[in-house]
Order: sequence, then structure tokens, then C-alpha cells
Amino acid sequence: MDPVPGEPAGVPHAGAPAGGHGTDLGALLNRAARGDKAAFAELYDATAPRVHGLALRVVRDPAQAEEVTQEVFLEVWRQASRYDAARGSALAWMMTIAHRKAVDRVRSAEATTRRDLAYEQANQSVEHDVTADAAHASLEAHRVRAALAQLTDVQREAIELAYFGGYTHTEVAALLDLPVGTAKTRIRDGLIRLRDTIGVGR
Amino acid sequence: MTTDHDHALSGAYAVDALDADERARFETHLSQCADCRAEVDSLREAAALLGIADEVGPPPALRDDVLAGIERIRPLPPLTREPATVTPLFRRLPTLLAAAAAVVLLLGVGLAVLRPWSDGTEPPPQLSAAEQILRAGDATHVEKAFPDGSQATIVLSRSQGKALIRTKDMAPAPDGKVYELWLQTPAGKMIPAGLMPDESDTTYVLDGDAAEATGVGITVEPDGGSEQPTTQPIAVFPLES
Repeated sequence: MDPVPGEPAGVPHAGAPAGGHGTDLGALLNRAARGDKAAFAELYDATAPRVHGLALRVVRDPAQAEEVTQEVFLEVWRQASRYDAARGSALAWMMTIAHRKAVDRVRSAEATTRRDLAYEQANQSVEHDVTADAAHASLEAHRVRAALAQLTDVQREAIELAYFGGYTHTEVAALLDLPVGTAKTRIRDGLIRLRDTIGVGR
Repeated sequence: MTTDHDHALSGAYAVDALDADERARFETHLSQCADCRAEVDSLREAAALLGIADEVGPPPALRDDVLAGIERIRPLPPLTREPATVTPLFRRLPTLLAAAAAVVLLLGVGLAVLRPWSDGTEPPPQLSAAEQILRAGDATHVEKAFPDGSQATIVLSRSQGKALIRTKDMAPAPDGKVYELWLQTPAGKMIPAGLMPDESDTTYVLDGDAAEATGVGITVEPDGGSEQPTTQPIAVFPLES
């Protein structure tokens, strides 16, 4: 049995972390893969605002976003051993899982019932802006904003519709009046520029 | 058959902007294209930063739910085998023969996503073994396209426990040699699965039970074949479980 709950050993929650600064998320994941629940709790504290913020932005409905966030962390626990540091950061790995689950959620919801527009509008203003205590986030956020500003309008719109809107590239093309098949190129070009401007990945 | 079209989907894939069919096809491609894997990984790093200004702490009760939830979930074991790479399958093989080396150079590697061969036309009353595999509901295809223009495809039906290989424009085996097929067991053992007919365009049903095979390999062997591989494979087709 692990001692926890509530106060995971050691890590100050204060600076909990957009980019995982100060907390080695990869090491926590590796420990979680071996069944270390305290490490997993630390990982949760360090990343839950990022994961939940994304879920909320994509799914919009707070109750559903909470379900997605919970699913994401259970999946992270289950899959922790599959994280491969050689392929990227722990944060990107987790955000990939989070984004996939959020998108799958909105699409499956659409498949059964059309999204309830009234409900969506009522919830649209949900606390996107209740951001992050953390001052550390602002520096990185600033870099990201600056990098986004380097994109063409179409690249930026296409990426945002895909990433936050959860739309497929075909839908994005229709939304932006682009010829079918060109949105995927805009998305890719934009992401490449973003990557290179921010200096992440390889 | 790896095309620019496949590569162009890397960005959309990285932000989950593919529909279910496209996603499945691209993942097949990814399992065989290291360049695309690396690109997707790097684009995901960038995408992960998009939501940086959106942090919202979930309700405290969620933390309790999650920590209670993991009590009931066993973490998966690590992957101990790389499903998409070539070397592990034949790691223990003896050093390669010159003949095989020449063929390897000739063939190189190039992989592609596949579409089912069968086109849904009416099945004839008596299906050959090959047709039964091709028409199986769970038939999966793994294709390789080689730089010399030749192609080889494995079609596997787990439910039937059978696999076949189809080749197109395949160069003949060197004089005195033959292409031998192998099924790899989950334990890593290579089981002889027959000798390929000496035809450039052929469909050949592999011997043996493919229900649990983890891969199909082709080696160049002396005429008559071998009990176990004696050369490095000229092609390896990983089979997803």
C-alpha cells in the first residue's frame, strides 16, 4: 500500500507545470509503469490542469470533459510502460492520449446524436481562462503564441479547427472553403513550422 | 506503394484529424515507415503545446476517483518486441551469405498500405484455399514494394489460421537457390512454411498454422530448402496480433 493520498511525497505543487519544468514527467511515468502509485499521483498533479484544459476545450461540456480526463489518466496508468522516451517527451505522449480521447468523445457523440447546440452554447464560455496559476506557463505560452503568429492565417485556422475543434481534415477543408485534400497539407505545413519555430521535436 | 499522399497525412494524423478509415490506413503505413513515425512524433511535440494557455484544474474529487480507479487496473507489461522492425525476427540468424546479401541490396525496402484484394464479387461455389483466405472477413494485408518494382503481399486470416503470399514481378532466386517462407511463432521460432514457386507472379498458400504467427519471413536457401533459416531474410512481414 502506498502512503498517499492527498500529499504526494516531495513535489511542490506550486510550480506544476505546463512543460513539465522542474518535474521529470518521464521518470514519474517510468515509476508508475512499475506500479508506483505515489509517482502516478505526482504525475497527475503535474499534468491534470493541462489534460483537463484540453479536454474541456475540445469536449466543451464540463461533465464530459471530466470523464475524458479521468479516462485519460486511467489509460496513462495502464499504458505507462509503453511510453518511449526516445520518441518524445512524456508530456507530448500524455497530451496525445488526451487529445485522442477528447476527439473520439466528440465524434462518437456526434455519431449518435447531433451535438446539442443550445447546450454547447450555454457551456461555451466555460473557464478557458481560469488559467494556470503558474507564471512559468506564461513564458512558454508566450513562445507558443509567438510561434503561432508565424503561421499563415489558413495554417493557424486549420490547425485550431483540427486540434481544438476536433474536425477531420476533410471537414476543415469544407469549413475553410479549401479544396478537398489541401487542409491536410496546411495542417502539416503549419505544424512543421510551429515545431521548428518553437524548437521541439527533431 | 508508399506515396507522398501517405506522408502528407502525418500532420492531420498528429492532431487526430483523420476519420476512422484514414486513421487505420495511416497507422498501417506508420508501422512500416520510420520517417513518418519520426515526423508524427515531432509534430505531436508541437501540438502538445497548443493547449498551453488552456490549463484548468479538474475538480479535486476527480483526483480521488483517478487514484481509486488505478487500484483496479493492472499496468500493461512493456513491449518486449518491436512489432514494426525487421531485425528482431531473425536476430539469431547466422551471418548472411553473399547471395542473400546481393538480393537484399537488390530488393531494399519499401512498404505500403494495403487494400483488400478481393472486390466483393460473388464467390464461386468451390473456393480454393487461397480464395478462402482472400475472402475471409478478417483478412489482413501486409505489402512490401521493392525498389526494383517488384511487390510481395502477405494476406493473413487468423480465423482460418492460414496465410498466403502474392508476388508481382519478383526476380527469380539465384541459380541453385530458392525462396523459402517462414512463419514465426510467438516464441520466436521460425517454422518452415514452404518454398515459393519459381514464378515472378504467383499466389502461394503458406504451409502451417498461421493463427498465432507473429511474422512471415523470406530467405534465400539452397535448392530444396532448409529446416531452419541459414541466411538473413530478404523480406520480413510483421503480423499484428
